[in-house]
Amino acid sequence: MTIRIKKDKTSPGLLRTVEKLADVDLSVCFQCKKCDSGCPVSNLTGAPPSEILRRLHLCAGNELLASDLVWMCVSCETCFVRCPMGIDIPSVIDALRGLAVEQKTPAPEGNMPLFNRVFLKTVEMFGRTYDLGMIVAHKIGTKTYMKDAEKFPGMLRKRKIALLPPRGADRKMVKRIFDSVRRAKEKQK
Amino acid sequence: MKYAYYPGCASDSTAREQHASCSAVARALGIDLTEIEGWTCCGTTPAHQTDRVLSASLPAANLARAQKMGLDVVVTCAACYSMLKMANYEVLRHPKIREHVGEALGHDYDGSVRVRHFVEVLLEDVEIDRIKKALKRSLNGLKVACYYGCLLVRPPEVNRFDNPENPVSLDRLVTAIGGESLDWPHKVECCGGALSLTRSDVVVKLSDAVLTMARAAGAECVAVACPMCQINLDLRQSDIKKETGRDHNLPIIYITQLLGLCLGISADKLGLEKLMVSPERIVQRLT
Ligand code: SF4
Ligand code: SF4
Repeated sequence: MTIRIKKDKTSPGLLRTVEKLADVDLSVCFQCKKCDSGCPVSNLTGAPPSEILRRLHLCAGNELLASDLVWMCVSCETCFVRCPMGIDIPSVIDALRGLAVEQKTPAPEGNMPLFNRVFLKTVEMFGRTYDLGMIVAHKIGTKTYMKDAEKFPGMLRKRKIALLPPRGADRKMVKRIFDSVRRAKEKQK
Repeated sequence: MKYAYYPGCASDSTAREQHASCSAVARALGIDLTEIEGWTCCGTTPAHQTDRVLSASLPAANLARAQKMGLDVVVTCAACYSMLKMANYEVLRHPKIREHVGEALGHDYDGSVRVRHFVEVLLEDVEIDRIKKALKRSLNGLKVACYYGCLLVRPPEVNRFDNPENPVSLDRLVTAIGGESLDWPHKVECCGGALSLTRSDVVVKLSDAVLTMARAAGAECVAVACPMCQINLDLRQSDIKKETGRDHNLPIIYITQLLGLCLGISADKLGLEKLMVSPERIVQRLT
């Protein structure tokens, strides 16, 4: 694999930020690529996990946040289990996701950031997930009304998906948690 | 045997049958599952993709409730299991996160509540011998591919569930109830569950690989212990057929449903009719 980078790269890039966010030391990666071998999506992405780490070593900046693995990674943790140096790659990817959202990187295919937002919104509102509400909100946001539409009648008939929002959760506690996390984030800024 | 039961959000939506079968099996084996009152969502993938404190605080709120009950927590969903365990791990190892979680909850949480998957309770507390004594029927040599997926076994430092590369917990249960648990290489491969709504193209590829391997191993059904794996492998079979022409037609059944059948619990109490690929053939095979 040849990694091409711009010659004029002089800034340290995202490396330190990511290491701090993910609480990892990426200098110990020796590019054995064991992570890639076990990664279920490595042959579907443009850059498998080892390449993401290598690019970080090579001073990659915000352009790395547009790599497709950032949102295609299924958080399966296989790379972490198999890395001989014990590098927590899924946390590295989570850190990149956080940065991508912060930097307003254009939405990836399937718009996972939107999915995360609407998912957490329903949790904040109801204290538990409300699948139907979340699916509808995601469909509106991505204009994919017909995708999987044929599945809903069967699922509703089998009550495989709830029609009404969930009840019984301690909504106050969940609201408290979300508020507190938002406050802490604002303080950081 | 008394536990604080955390059903998880799927218990009220896509995994009603897991909740139902788990409760029925518990009743039959004398396990008392007391639901945690007012339990709330663990945050699952969207939380850990968004914020570290959020993803520790959401599960911790439930663990703190269980602590007041003075009981171990029992979970059936593998995703909740991993989130709850991770919250303990984070709180125990990082004083700063513990502090932030404390601020979010309005009180300190020390990370000490024990979290167990229902399968662990079956194997460690009830034990195989007692399960065997309670059996009314047998799987009669049914060939079962036990599928663990990701979140039960990984990361092993956090979950400490079983061997992360070749787990056997489900296989031990299947063997105990008279099934033939198959040796197959995709036990811990990922089905792509986290992308189920956003990148179904990827999900179809990953699920197809798992199901193709299960069939090649001679499986008559796949046993699971995770609602994400279940709905994904079950619901996506129609898409796999559309896109690849491969018609796997494999029932994806919860381990608690298989066990429940062998304990003599009726199919409707186990929610068998909720599975997309009909498990009728399996029920017929039982003796
Ligand atoms: S397995 Fe670990 S050491 Fe090897 S390339 Fe991947 S991250 Fe680097
Ligand atoms: S956690 Fe992500 S990067 Fe690591 S193996 Fe799984 S899909 Fe690949």
